[in-house]
Amino acid sequence: MAKKVIEALGIGKSFHDPITVKVLTDVSFSINAGEFVSIVGKSGCGKSTLLYILSTMDTSYEGELFLDGITMKDKKDGELARVRNEKIGFVFQFHYLLNEFNNLQNVMLPGLKFGKFTANEIEHNAYEKLKVLGIEKEAMKYPNQLSGGQKQRVAIARALINEPLIIMGDEPTGNLDKKNSDVVFNIFKELAEEYHQSLLIVTHDLDFAANTQRTITMEDGKIIGTDLP
Amino acid sequence: MKIKLTTQISLALLIARRRQTMVAAFGVTFSITMFITLLSFMAGLNDLLDNLILNRTPHVRLYNEILPSSIQPIARSTTYLDAYHFVRHVKPKNELLEIRNSEAIIKALKNDPNVRGIAPKNTVSIFYNVGAINLTGVINGIDVDAENRLFTFQNYVVQGETIDLKNTPNSIILGIGAARKMLAQIGDNIQITTSDGTRFPLKVVGFFQSGIEEIDKVQSYAALTTTQKILVKPASYITDIQIKLYDMTLAPILAKRYSMLFETEAIDIQTANAQFETGSSIRTLISYAVGITLLIVAGFGIYNILNMMIYEKMDSIAILKATGFSGRDLNAIFITIALTIGLVGGALGLIFGLGLSAVIGEIPFNTASLPTVETYPINYDLKFYLIGAAFSIITTYLAGYFPSKKASRIDPVDIIRGK
Repeated sequence: MAKKVIEALGIGKSFHDPITVKVLTDVSFSINAGEFVSIVGKSGCGKSTLLYILSTMDTSYEGELFLDGITMKDKKDGELARVRNEKIGFVFQFHYLLNEFNNLQNVMLPGLKFGKFTANEIEHNAYEKLKVLGIEKEAMKYPNQLSGGQKQRVAIARALINEPLIIMGDEPTGNLDKKNSDVVFNIFKELAEEYHQSLLIVTHDLDFAANTQRTITMEDGKIIGTDLP
Repeated sequence: MKIKLTTQISLALLIARRRQTMVAAFGVTFSITMFITLLSFMAGLNDLLDNLILNRTPHVRLYNEILPSSIQPIARSTTYLDAYHFVRHVKPKNELLEIRNSEAIIKALKNDPNVRGIAPKNTVSIFYNVGAINLTGVINGIDVDAENRLFTFQNYVVQGETIDLKNTPNSIILGIGAARKMLAQIGDNIQITTSDGTRFPLKVVGFFQSGIEEIDKVQSYAALTTTQKILVKPASYITDIQIKLYDMTLAPILAKRYSMLFETEAIDIQTANAQFETGSSIRTLISYAVGITLLIVAGFGIYNILNMMIYEKMDSIAILKATGFSGRDLNAIFITIALTIGLVGGALGLIFGLGLSAVIGEIPFNTASLPTVETYPINYDLKFYLIGAAFSIITTYLAGYFPSKKASRIDPVDIIRGK
């Protein structure tokens, strides 16, 4: 059996303001190394909430979360930040690149924070990542000089820089047109197939989901089904 | 987190908001400049005013005063030990103001390691004869060399040379106020009358201006030997022994000790001139208050700009947190921004402060009462620069503290989900 990179056991979450609303109920699933998984569901079904719990950014939940076999319960803010830095790569709907830095520096930032390699090595790695994503020509430009699709690719390169255990995406193609969506999807697919990168993507784009290895469908805060293509 | 990365991110954010950064730094620069200038000028002025008196005031002065006996006979009676004594009939003795055994005292003081120098002095009350009228006056008999060395006497002699007092027999340096009334010129002979009616001619060799008009109208200086001659006293006749110490703060203790030891009255500079200390300290207090107020205002400017920056950079803060920067890292980034503004603004402020005080120090400042002063007085004390530097860092740190705390507490989920 393959190694589990993420395992959720009975995750539940409620919002208490102004009245208690249960948004997630007893969500349990796991993702194996190298798997390309998507979560689909209608707006408000709790899929994004689940993703933020899995990403360790949201810490108020019930149940247990294991990343790489280690529980995330009772970890301090600083420790969780390190887990995010070293083990998780993020791609959001919006690119969130820092306009003060050029694209190469944007990709390098999490690597510099990690501090495992020297600045020169990180620069080299970052350039390699951009090359894989086909935007090495834009390395010295600034984010506001790029198109939406290119920015999203820089954001993916940034997510890859620390060789994360898993890449998490929250509607990564939500802001893109069909052509760019396909480009981004193909990148994810390539990462999964050629580099055996684990991916967990939240989307409401059913075409996108249909092409992933496994689709988890959610409704009203519960998993209602898992489809293998 | 590595300091290099923190500074790199901080500088990028600073440069992105170049104009606001400059305004904030300028606020600090301005306040530090004014702080330094204000304090240097105020301290210079304080020194000037204090020196007017303090330079010419001995740290300890030994003298005799006509006093009643401190123990009245009834106090010696055992019968009335617990009673209130109101019978005080023993009046002051007819004593001389002379310090007895002055030569031995001077010799003892010269061997005292606390003493920097001694200037013996005697004072004669006289009348200046001007035609038909007499003006009251005082002649101080001084040791010219000691007086020059310890009390910068030569600085106050506006015409003539102090050395002439020693070299010309029966000479006098007249107070400028008295000289004007007497229409005296250098080289003139004037007449004085002592309190017992003796007339005495003296040759004017110089004019003296203290800056305090009341003194200049009355006081004059002559050599010790001249005054002894006027009074018909021996060479040991001295009424005052002026002592300068190495450490002025020891004056009150030493005054008490000398008083006991030499059986004379002794007064220390702190007691004699308490009002100058008070004036100086209040002026200093006011300058500090104004300077620190300026800095606090500059601090609010920095606070504002950091707050704006945090609102503007919410997205950047969120993604930095999402990619593994902890709250502490973000705190460090924004504190670095605040401190950079403080350091750059503060350093410029110190330089401009030095420049502005130097400019003020060149402005001519002539006043009749201050003969030795030609430009505005400035005190270039390193202390002010250290305080200025410390305060610029402390205020900017405090100004950065709360916004940084806020940045470190931002929940990235709120920002990212809000899109």
